[in-house]
Amino acid sequence: MFGAGGGTSSYREVEETDVIILWGSNARETHPIFFHHVLKGVHRGARLFAVDPRRTSSAEWADIWLGIDVGTDISLANAMAREIIHAGLANMEFIERATTDFEEYRRTVERYPLERAERETGVPAAVIKEVAHTYARADRAQICWTLGITEHHNAVDNVLALINLALLTGHVGRYGSGLNPLRGQNNVQGGGDMGAIPNKLPGFQDVEDPEKRAKFERAWNCTVPPKRGWHLSQMFEAMERGDLTTLYVIGENPAQSEADQKRALHLLGGLEHLVVQDIFMTRTARMAHVVLPAAAGWCESEGTVTSSERRVQRVRKALEPPQGARDDIEIICEIARRLGHDWGTPTAEQVWDEVRSLSPMHTGMSYRRLEELGGIQWPCPDENHPGSQFLHGRLWENPVQGPRAPFSAVQQEPPVDELSEEFPIRLTTGRRLDSFNTGVQTGGYSSPLRDGEFLCISPEDGVRYGVADGEMARASSRRGWVEVAIRYDAACRPGLAFMTLHFPDETATNVLTIDATDPKSGTAEFKASAIRIETLRVPAGSPSR
Amino acid sequence: MSTVLSRATARMVPLQIDGDELQVPEGSTILQACRGRGLDTPTLCYLETLTPVNVCRVCVVEVEGSRVLVPACSRKVEPGMKVKTDSERVRHSRRMVLEFLASSVDLSLTGPAVKGWMDQYGVQPERYGPAAATQAGERDRAHAGHHHPPDPSHAATVRQPVKIDNELYVRDYSKCILCFKCVEACGADAQNTFAITVAGRGFDARISTEFAVGLPQSACVYCGNCIGVCPTGALMFKSEYDMRQAATWDESRQQVTSTICGYCGVGCTLDLHVQDNTIVKVTSPLDHDVTRGHLCIKGRFGFQFVQNREPDSGRPRNPRP
Repeated sequence: MFGAGGGTSSYREVEETDVIILWGSNARETHPIFFHHVLKGVHRGARLFAVDPRRTSSAEWADIWLGIDVGTDISLANAMAREIIHAGLANMEFIERATTDFEEYRRTVERYPLERAERETGVPAAVIKEVAHTYARADRAQICWTLGITEHHNAVDNVLALINLALLTGHVGRYGSGLNPLRGQNNVQGGGDMGAIPNKLPGFQDVEDPEKRAKFERAWNCTVPPKRGWHLSQMFEAMERGDLTTLYVIGENPAQSEADQKRALHLLGGLEHLVVQDIFMTRTARMAHVVLPAAAGWCESEGTVTSSERRVQRVRKALEPPQGARDDIEIICEIARRLGHDWGTPTAEQVWDEVRSLSPMHTGMSYRRLEELGGIQWPCPDENHPGSQFLHGRLWENPVQGPRAPFSAVQQEPPVDELSEEFPIRLTTGRRLDSFNTGVQTGGYSSPLRDGEFLCISPEDGVRYGVADGEMARASSRRGWVEVAIRYDAACRPGLAFMTLHFPDETATNVLTIDATDPKSGTAEFKASAIRIETLRVPAGSPSR
Repeated sequence: MSTVLSRATARMVPLQIDGDELQVPEGSTILQACRGRGLDTPTLCYLETLTPVNVCRVCVVEVEGSRVLVPACSRKVEPGMKVKTDSERVRHSRRMVLEFLASSVDLSLTGPAVKGWMDQYGVQPERYGPAAATQAGERDRAHAGHHHPPDPSHAATVRQPVKIDNELYVRDYSKCILCFKCVEACGADAQNTFAITVAGRGFDARISTEFAVGLPQSACVYCGNCIGVCPTGALMFKSEYDMRQAATWDESRQQVTSTICGYCGVGCTLDLHVQDNTIVKVTSPLDHDVTRGHLCIKGRFGFQFVQNREPDSGRPRNPRP
């Protein structure tokens, strides 16, 4: 945020903060070791609030669970902001010195009185008020979020709504106060840092900035395309238009991980040339024209990954990969060679040193220092720099160093897939503790906790729709249907259903989900589909396809 | 780094250990003071990452003016304290603790340090006689007040069958010294799951799930953080147990490589123990600020997929029961 995409704090700070808001994050199951740090904070007396449609195992640890209706986060955040402003708890000194655009923000949130937020979110006004006051009054406070915020068609607005709260109260840029997106996969942070996003070169250097581009062009002796590329959802749109006919997929299983799976399969199946580089013969790999067997990044090759606290850490080769599987760097350099570019046979360390020479925030991170210090948090501009425990301390300097942080007024927007009489239940998706994404990796070990896929609903809805606990039922959305076992789950309130994506071969949850995506981040609205549930015992009406 | 600051500004406390004058930061324990001077002080229930519970009593030292011996691992230093770490009373107490444990518990997999202490303190567990016969499952059935007088010619033991009720880890409580570390790691010191605690009293005391149910019926979430802190091999990866049964476990042929977990974005350090190009065990370093030695089920046990890749089947073998 404010120019660099990374969490502002360290895990350690969560232990020493006073208020923790987990917003759209079931960290107890999805980031269990981060939650250890949260629990240390709780045991030290920090107040924990959990904003989540489900009463998750994280919410069970919270002082207050804010059981929000799916997709109403902005209404909640804006109402908290209005309450903070009206109660005189906004940090005006910080706002005036370190931020811009407050007046427009103030006017926007003025339209979110507590009563409106209660009506839209389902969270009682008194609770919103208490959380707002507690957050604003805290000496130190953290907001941590996960996909409950970002897997929405207005994901970026959701994130901005949370950033606004931190700017309003001055809860960013100080030890113990911050804004922290918990990354879902081990190197999501590093992938973005390295420029695996459409508009950035390594180190968040803008590809459309001629000066930045020129630096890379000099180092690489080539021309860097001057325009940003496509993100994943735009690639699928380009496939639909026929503008994208060749796809090279590395370590991803879009045939099963994309929302609206039927569309994804159709488009992938229509490609002229599909190359998949993976450690498994995934569903996507089985559709490919060429499969490049790869070594597993975390244990069969050397390199670095970057965690949710911006810590760059070494991965090391512990195992020889299976016969025929090759290191990602080796595969990519071989492809380059056959395309007429001799990149030699660099080691992971040599590639990393090139990153350090081009990305100022990584310059101080030699392999030797990463080893000695157990990882280093960016930015780390030189070899005497210890790394950065938290970001944006500059906002507290007087006068502020560098640009001031802007408020971004955002408005509540309901999920795209509207509830109706025909599709009255809100389906949201997430992970369970012992499984991961499409189950390609976690399917490999025998978890005593695993029990296949099921559709969690409230017992009240079970009665209402005539489906018993344990019974197989049909769940239908506007896009398709699946048959799945029902489980009564007190974590779900009436009107809310929950499924995972862990068992796509048995239960293709993504047949139900919608691919409405955020125009800026390209993330699909996995968290909000409209479904109905029907028993299989009596003849069901013909499902809407 | 608030700890660094507080350490730097902490007041120094003068004390005497074995006649030598020294100063250590306020708030230090006697154990820290001893280890700072290179004095080998035995510990069993102590671990840097856990709250001291003072149950094993093997670290006891003599403090002048104190009626009883004090546990070095938890007792904070005080100005003018006079500590003796190697008096006859200390040596005798440590010897008895180790002797009782060695006569009743299988210490065969407890680290070499313990064997060194047993030699150092002249431990003779055999003087309690041969091990008494125990029936399978006897200890789990024991209830307070239902005891027969012990047979003085035999050493009572905690021997019992190994509990194998899942594919991830086994519990061999014949090797359990009741150090309480697993309970702490499962509880408020790390995992906060509270699946196990001590059941029973006196010699019947044992680590148990609620109502002694099997792990799959218990609150256990299989993080394996109990295994990570177990000093005696009572808690063990099933993979290690099976290899030991088959006599193929060979630590001299194992290499430990540090890497980062491939699942979520927290970035936990994994130490992969590899034998014959196969991961046989996963641990995490105690001194890393991210994990402090603790992992979740995926980090601890979720590695199998890299070693059962079957390129033709399209997906890894799925051993779900």
